[in-house]
Amino acid sequence: MEVFPTTHYIMGGVRVDADTTGTTVPGLFAAGEVAGGMHGANRLGGNSLSDLLVFGMRAGMGAAQYANEIKDNALKIDDKDLELAAEEMLRPFESEDGENPYTIHQALQETMGKFVGVFRTKEKLQEGLDELQVLKERASDLKIEGSRMFNPGWHLCKDLKSMLIVSEAIAKCALQREESRGAHSRVDFPKYNDEVWGKVNSVISVDGNGEMKLGTSPLPQMPDELRKIVEGGYK
Amino acid sequence: MATAKMRVYRGDSNGGGEVEYDVPVEEGMVVLDAIHFIQANYDGDLAVRWNCKAAKCGSCSAEINGMPKLTCKTRMDSLPLDKPVTVYPIKSFPIIKDLVTDVSWNYKVRKTIPPFKPAKDTKWVMYQEDVERSQEFRKCIECFLCQNVCHILRNHDKKDAFAGPRMMIKIAELEMHPLDTDDRRAYLRTDAGVGYCNITKCCTEVCPEHIHITDNAIIPLKERVVDAYFDPLQWIINKFKGN
Repeated sequence: MEVFPTTHYIMGGVRVDADTTGTTVPGLFAAGEVAGGMHGANRLGGNSLSDLLVFGMRAGMGAAQYANEIKDNALKIDDKDLELAAEEMLRPFESEDGENPYTIHQALQETMGKFVGVFRTKEKLQEGLDELQVLKERASDLKIEGSRMFNPGWHLCKDLKSMLIVSEAIAKCALQREESRGAHSRVDFPKYNDEVWGKVNSVISVDGNGEMKLGTSPLPQMPDELRKIVEGGYK
Repeated sequence: MATAKMRVYRGDSNGGGEVEYDVPVEEGMVVLDAIHFIQANYDGDLAVRWNCKAAKCGSCSAEINGMPKLTCKTRMDSLPLDKPVTVYPIKSFPIIKDLVTDVSWNYKVRKTIPPFKPAKDTKWVMYQEDVERSQEFRKCIECFLCQNVCHILRNHDKKDAFAGPRMMIKIAELEMHPLDTDDRRAYLRTDAGVGYCNITKCCTEVCPEHIHITDNAIIPLKERVVDAYFDPLQWIINKFKGN
């Protein structure tokens, strides 16, 4: 049996409002592992269940409130956008010499394992980011056989786009954060750097040209009642 | 490296048949790995439902060489590789595509089971041995291999009359809960059809969680129903009482 480290949990994720779990996209709510910030730099075993229960409920309440308050025409989607989305979805069926999505999926796994894995360095992360650009290019033309019914290969074509975005976000944030904290281990920066990285979160957004933009935002301060428990122990 | 001949059922509600694939066998490989190899190298649209690959989600049920098993838990080296390995969808439920079936009937039946009903003023205190009795049934991962192998559902298609082994352990879990106050004996006798089970124990044999479905759940439930409805002494007493 092969024994090796694998993806266990992703601490980062979609930025949400803690009370409603609303995102910056109106009408989109996120809870659970897909939402970021809940567990700090490392999630402890069992904590994601309570995360799901609490924020799953808040997401439901937030979405219900949003739906109740929405005006009739507030969620109009342009027909042109719908057409473009449908065309993008169906492209792999029509592709002449596109690549097999499974081949790229495997290459992506290997790239992330090799360059953005457990122990990270500046050089490896940079190499990984270069490799991701190549994979992004290759994933722009995919080919798949069969029908639209329960077609895992077709689903993978759709998933790959998101996987590549998330992979790039992880690699960029890991390269930027020159310290080790929680599940993020930089061999070239093995200690905490509280002065710089103890005070900010890494934030990924889209710039005006549709490119991935990397930045930071101030770390929200822990409310006093929580700080007492975390720093003083529960009595 | 050894090569396995995999004969995988491919088709949908309109019919289908076996397709043969050569798959290189690696150390520690399970049948689900072989299915994924086929997807990646031969047919990307081969449909299979799977999630955890750790025998905990209960999604990847199939019939391997005719035996209902989890494909993620069945090692290739446990199978005779000098003969082709057949992989079929579970037979008791309608096929959607290839290895994927529609198991939604189970969820509909599940909803008809009267839920946990504690007393209004329950003190939430239980003895560990009472907890453990129900706990065995809570190991169920809802792979529905027991439902698939049960001849009442599989051969006689009595889905309208018998809820099946998975539902029996759900009912047993509630009935044996130390703080539950509901009485499900009438439901067991009529809607759930516990009398249909004739204790062949096939469900116990295929359970990947090794739950003693027949011995610890179905037989005690049968005894409760018999006590309430078929005890001759009780029957005579009821006659005199005019019940």
